[in-house]
Amino acid sequence: MAFIDYYKILGVAKTASEKDIKKAYRKLARKYHPDVNPNDKEAEKKFKEINEAHEVLSNPANRKKYDEYGKDWQHAEQFEKAKQQRRQQHQGSSQRQYSGGFSEDDFSDFFESMFGGSSGRQQSRQNVKFRGQDFNAELQLTLNDVYTIHKRTLTVNDKNIRITIPAGIENGQVIKIKGHGGKGVNGGPSGDLYIKFLINNNTKFRRDKDNLYTDVEIDLYTAILGGEVTINTFDGKVKLKVKSETQNGTKVKLKGKGFPKYKKEGQFGDLFITYQIKMPTNLSAKEKELFKELQKLR
Amino acid sequence: MDTDNYITIEQFCSYYNVPTSFFDRLNEYELVEIIEVETTPCVFKEHISDIEKLMRLHFDLNINMEGLDVVNKLLKRVENLQQEITTLNNRLSLYEDN
Repeated sequence: MAFIDYYKILGVAKTASEKDIKKAYRKLARKYHPDVNPNDKEAEKKFKEINEAHEVLSNPANRKKYDEYGKDWQHAEQFEKAKQQRRQQHQGSSQRQYSGGFSEDDFSDFFESMFGGSSGRQQSRQNVKFRGQDFNAELQLTLNDVYTIHKRTLTVNDKNIRITIPAGIENGQVIKIKGHGGKGVNGGPSGDLYIKFLINNNTKFRRDKDNLYTDVEIDLYTAILGGEVTINTFDGKVKLKVKSETQNGTKVKLKGKGFPKYKKEGQFGDLFITYQIKMPTNLSAKEKELFKELQKLR
Repeated sequence: MDTDNYITIEQFCSYYNVPTSFFDRLNEYELVEIIEVETTPCVFKEHISDIEKLMRLHFDLNINMEGLDVVNKLLKRVENLQQEITTLNNRLSLYEDN
């Protein structure tokens, strides 16, 4: 547990007045408040730090104790007596404290040891029930996983949550699991759990929403004369007729052979295949001769 | 009353200990959609988290209604841009995987 320099966090001198501290705090709170920095973990961390610094420095008793014993926080037991008195002083305080949607236990170990955690906080909007903090999590799945409806059990704060992931979920998509975030404050409702899906594509298919794209190699002779090729779609093999004189880069759409449409059971996007004509190599003398003959005919 | 989808403003205000005038002001700036269910002013339950956010910004950061309107619009724009970035990143990976 390291000593935390609350003055440094708020960017004020040790001699700063209450007004200066309040001003510095308000300025930083506006900058780092989680509601104005959604999904920014750095800002969230910073906000917690400045909130904690303000908790200590805006209260004359806490500040005095911090100034006097701050660096010797290990001797916290000596402060116990003072803490009792301080608790009584706090009753009825109405100074406003920024919540940022956080629960009461977002304070450092340093703060907990010196000021006894949430009991040392100034109470604001007393009796106000606040919804708990929203939690954000990331879940990595493969493209194969999300081709079908997928069930997963997640452990969040020692609780198992079984979730059903609809087929066709997108990379980067976020779903909300209601009521599985942090506990509410003063009996308020729990926050929500937001899960961001990171889809790892380990297939040869490229995906754009519910359409899939892939390249298929065909030999020169099939491309020129036409024929049949067997290609892999996401859910099996399909035989395709290749028209004669097919050009390199020709695109063919296979309707309904793409990816499942999100939350539209039984509906699929399309598969777009691009023919890549593979030129023969290591030609024999006979083959070269025949190609020359063909060249003369053109 | 359909309590599955709505919460009365009176309930909300008593729960969060905020004056009902706060809602009048939000409504004035079209920051909240107030509907009347059996003549009782209500809000959609699915809007509660948005209203809580406005409440925190207003009471925590002392942002006035004009400021809330601006912040709210900008946050929505940020959210839309983030979604657009995700879509574009997914599309870009079509070419990067090659």
